[in-house]
Amino acid sequence: MPMMTVSHDMDFVTFAIQLLNAVQYGFLLFLVASGLTLIFGIMGVINLSHGSFYMIGAYLAWSLTDLSGNFWIAVICAFAISVILGLFLEKYLFSYLYRVDHLRQVLMTYGLILVIDSLRSLIWGDDVHGVEIPSIFNGTIQITETLSYPIYRIALSAICLLIALGLYILIGKTKLGMTIRAGSFDREMTQALGINITILYRLVFSFGIALAAFAGMIAAPVSSVFPGMGDQILIVSFIVVVIGGIGSLKGAMLAAMLIGLVDTFGKVVEVRVGTLSLLPELSGVSLYLLMAIVLIWRPQGIFGGK
Amino acid sequence: MSPIFLSRVGCLLGLIIFPFFADQFYIQFVSKVLIMAILASSLNLLVGYTGLVSLGHAAFYGLAGYALAIATTQYAITGFWINLFVSLTVTSILGFFIGALVVRTRGIYFIMVTLAFAQLLFFIFHDTDIAGGSDGVYIYNIPQVTFFGYNALNLSNPTEFYFLSLITFILVIFSIDRITKSLFGQVISGIKINESRVESLGFQAKYYKLTCFVISSFIAALAGFLAALQFGLVNPDMLGWHMSGGALVMVLLGGMGTLFGPTVGALVMLTLELILQSLTNHWQIFVGSIVILVAIFLPNGIVSALRLPYK
Repeated sequence: MPMMTVSHDMDFVTFAIQLLNAVQYGFLLFLVASGLTLIFGIMGVINLSHGSFYMIGAYLAWSLTDLSGNFWIAVICAFAISVILGLFLEKYLFSYLYRVDHLRQVLMTYGLILVIDSLRSLIWGDDVHGVEIPSIFNGTIQITETLSYPIYRIALSAICLLIALGLYILIGKTKLGMTIRAGSFDREMTQALGINITILYRLVFSFGIALAAFAGMIAAPVSSVFPGMGDQILIVSFIVVVIGGIGSLKGAMLAAMLIGLVDTFGKVVEVRVGTLSLLPELSGVSLYLLMAIVLIWRPQGIFGGK
Repeated sequence: MSPIFLSRVGCLLGLIIFPFFADQFYIQFVSKVLIMAILASSLNLLVGYTGLVSLGHAAFYGLAGYALAIATTQYAITGFWINLFVSLTVTSILGFFIGALVVRTRGIYFIMVTLAFAQLLFFIFHDTDIAGGSDGVYIYNIPQVTFFGYNALNLSNPTEFYFLSLITFILVIFSIDRITKSLFGQVISGIKINESRVESLGFQAKYYKLTCFVISSFIAALAGFLAALQFGLVNPDMLGWHMSGGALVMVLLGGMGTLFGPTVGALVMLTLELILQSLTNHWQIFVGSIVILVAIFLPNGIVSALRLPYK
């Protein structure tokens, strides 16, 4: 067994900052992946276009902030637009997917990605944009004389944490959550008990999509707004869902944090195994290695039922 | 002489005499259609016959291209046959290792895991300087096909390249026909319908799936090798998931689980793209809409819908 060493020049403060970054990225991933895993788990639909809604959220936040001059007004309007878009798409497109096999779900949502991407290019163009950090959070916390941390990133993590808690309570502790879980367990039986499953599914679907769009909105001030952002987040969210187990919110949270840590520290730490050195440029690969390891150990994901 | 046999001979004759009458542009276009038909047919083995929906098949297509590019530019390996051998071997070995991991999963997991492994390869070529990063590599010295010391084909000539693609295409279609009609083919079709029943008959489904995955990656490698030769360029998009998605669309559009369905799908899809691209910059709206409509209204593909004799 070759010696594994980790070479770095990282003091405690830098480590803490990277840890905060990792947690913040993990929370954002959770917001996108939770919608994906709920739509899989409850409706059995594989939605490739989920990442596109993240992109739509970010573009809406950018254009509406430009228009209204206030980030929060933009977020509220953009959220409302996403929910309406979700309800509309569920009614006319996605509801059809409940009855077909995975292959056709993949194809249809792949087609939707192409359509959304072209529409985005028509409406907003192909340029990269930035969104200004809202003024109340536009400061930094001085940690040492040279290092500081932006308040907005901390606020972002706090917002995500609140949403995650809300989701946990909604699905696990409320009557509505109980009917949603019942609906995923046995669709016909739940319907026979007098619950309108069509409306229930429509709500869950648009909520899942709105969550992805919301993640895109609040991420816009810390990352740039660019055409390929949907594809990028989609594939990482897939890995989160695979690692966590389909349909499990707990699994999604654990996997999102794991990936946040691996991705963030993979970019700054050089790992040496014997003479082989895994440079930070290969950090993109570390996520897939993590996924491969989890799959060898548990093919159905950490919290996935057999 | 059945009508099916006659129609096939007719198509083949058409393909053989076509380059003597056509413009260079169309010769190159049909070569591209043949290459994509090979890729789609290889994916059809997995999706159509075995029921394994892979969303990462372009990984093997792209890797074979990269193997050729790296061997010719960095190791100065110039022979055609040695390059073909290296490219196919490297890709099949990778197909074996990825396959061994992914056949452990099923359903949605299989789709996501194949996608993730393809993205892994994409990022290796995109983010590192192994082969030109995001720009890719040009292949300046296109290897020439030699046969016992004679120069048989000059691949820089579109017509001669066309014939190499045609020969490969015919060999691939013939092999897939043999494979699907063999006992192996019966077992993989059985896996698609009812895996546990196949297991109960004494066949280890896992090994059949893995074998099918490796054969499929081998054929995809043939397509990638030809594509790299044709364009003289490889870039990470060859491995990207839009490539995999496009191949999947061709399989479903033409008719999955049919011998010539993927070929029909490749022809229709590439022709559509060619026409739409000349009409508008936002042609992807139409391609996307067509994909959605096909998924809704043509789940069994053109071949079944028209009852064409191309099963």
